[in-house]
Amino acid sequence: MKIPPTRALLFAFVPFVAVCFSVPLWDRVHPLVLGLPFNLFWLICWIPLTSVCLWAAYRLQSRSRDKGVTE
Amino acid sequence: MKPSIVAMTVIFGIVLLGAITGIYSGMRRQMNLEQWTVAGRGFGLVFVWLLMAGEIYTTFAFLGASGWAYSRGGPTLYVIAYVTLAYVISFFILPEIWEAGRKFALHTESDFFQQRYSSRHLASLVAIVGVMFIVPYLQLQLTGLGIIVEVASFQAISRPLAMLIAFVIVAGFVFASGIRAVAWVSVLKDALMLIAAFSIGIGIPYRYFGGIRPMFKALTQAKAAHLTMPGSTSNLGHAWYISTVLLTAFGFYMWPHAFGSVFTAKSGDTLRRNAVIMPLYTITLPLLFFAGYTAILVIPGLKNGDLALLTLVRQTFPPWFLGVVGGAGALTAMVPAAILILSAATLFAKNFFRPVFNPSMKDDDVTKLAKVMVVVITGIALYFAIYSSTTLVGLLLLAYAGIAQFFPGVIFGLYWKRVTTAGVFAGILAGVGVAMILVFSKHDPFIGLNAGFVALCVNVAVTVVTSVVTPAQQNGFEERADWVAPST
Repeated sequence: MKIPPTRALLFAFVPFVAVCFSVPLWDRVHPLVLGLPFNLFWLICWIPLTSVCLWAAYRLQSRSRDKGVTE
Repeated sequence: MKPSIVAMTVIFGIVLLGAITGIYSGMRRQMNLEQWTVAGRGFGLVFVWLLMAGEIYTTFAFLGASGWAYSRGGPTLYVIAYVTLAYVISFFILPEIWEAGRKFALHTESDFFQQRYSSRHLASLVAIVGVMFIVPYLQLQLTGLGIIVEVASFQAISRPLAMLIAFVIVAGFVFASGIRAVAWVSVLKDALMLIAAFSIGIGIPYRYFGGIRPMFKALTQAKAAHLTMPGSTSNLGHAWYISTVLLTAFGFYMWPHAFGSVFTAKSGDTLRRNAVIMPLYTITLPLLFFAGYTAILVIPGLKNGDLALLTLVRQTFPPWFLGVVGGAGALTAMVPAAILILSAATLFAKNFFRPVFNPSMKDDDVTKLAKVMVVVITGIALYFAIYSSTTLVGLLLLAYAGIAQFFPGVIFGLYWKRVTTAGVFAGILAGVGVAMILVFSKHDPFIGLNAGFVALCVNVAVTVVTSVVTPAQQNGFEERADWVAPST
């Protein structure tokens, strides 16, 4: 049973805050950005940003694995 | 030539091409249980990505999401959020599940429970609950196929007949070739889906409003409240959104077919890298929202929102293109349907029937029984599809309320030593029970929260409390030698 490194978990937590828990903050139509309602625009932005967060977590995990921290 | 004949010919051509691709790719290999269900555990990054993308982009996204965007509005945004977050969770848990799968030669989700908790009863419970909730998901794909043929044939072919024809093809396809076929047909399906999603999502707003920006401008002037939560519903607000996103993101990889696809990967690292790129696949989802939103202004007043996308395509594009979109849609129903049927049939035969009724059954006979179950399970879903009128999203949410109840058992199984068989067993029963009671007594949402999420909370509480009061037990993923009974 290997609990992932805390910093990797933090990176994973960011998208949860951004697209789930913070919904009352961004669920609005205005301002329209690039012609899109703000809530739709926000979620679209977080698609690639989630990939970026996971990529960062991946880098962290493989580095700590190389050092033999988790295994 | 009549437009309905042109459209139907193109759809049939695409489906046939898909079926041939699938059957051909399966023909060249000897099919044993290991090949049929997990393709010999040999899939690299590309194939795992194709298989998983093939599973997630279902009729639900294609017709259901656009349909809800049309009829419900804002709350539909949960779809974009949950798919993205599901990959975040998958990044951490799938490599661990894969590791256990390799060590103990697991094929299914039920095998995982059997190995971790050393309990035949728990494994059978997981198998039968899994099969039970696959049925509404399968029903969703069937309904989608029915809608496609109904609209594309200009109502000439009735929906039940269409569903019957389509599923004879799907069942045949699963029969002949197993999981490998599915990954190959996914290539065709994904290519067509991309073409369809882009031309619909960008082409339709352009055709009626001169672009996406003017379309939203018109929409915000006419119906601004539709675009935020609770949209055109009375009870799907922010609490519902958060609880639904969590439930469905947790439930995503608890689907027996999604869980099973983990075992096809070559390594745990393949799954980790896959999780990093998977969110990008979600980028086509908003395009279907554009189409659903445009439909509000162009074809208002449809009784069934699920018809919105195709009706709009039919009146915007020439018949042959309706055929291409319909064909893409048909494959997005058939590919996931094939995977669903395959895993439900395997679960039933290997993890329910064999342990409960005939423990001495050989692998070859299990494969034979699984093939019979392909027909039985498809038949049951077909029956429900013909006699039910729930929306596509409604069906998916019902299915998720049930399937997500495996989540505590999997997570605790991986990360909590003290969890016990009794705890997980009681938790699943409580969770499924509460979910069914709330949904069928029309208490969904319950105090503003998704009923499935409420059930999941009950499940976690029951699992933890029961585990703590029952004696500690051996973790099936660890070697027996180094286990020392705790002195509590």
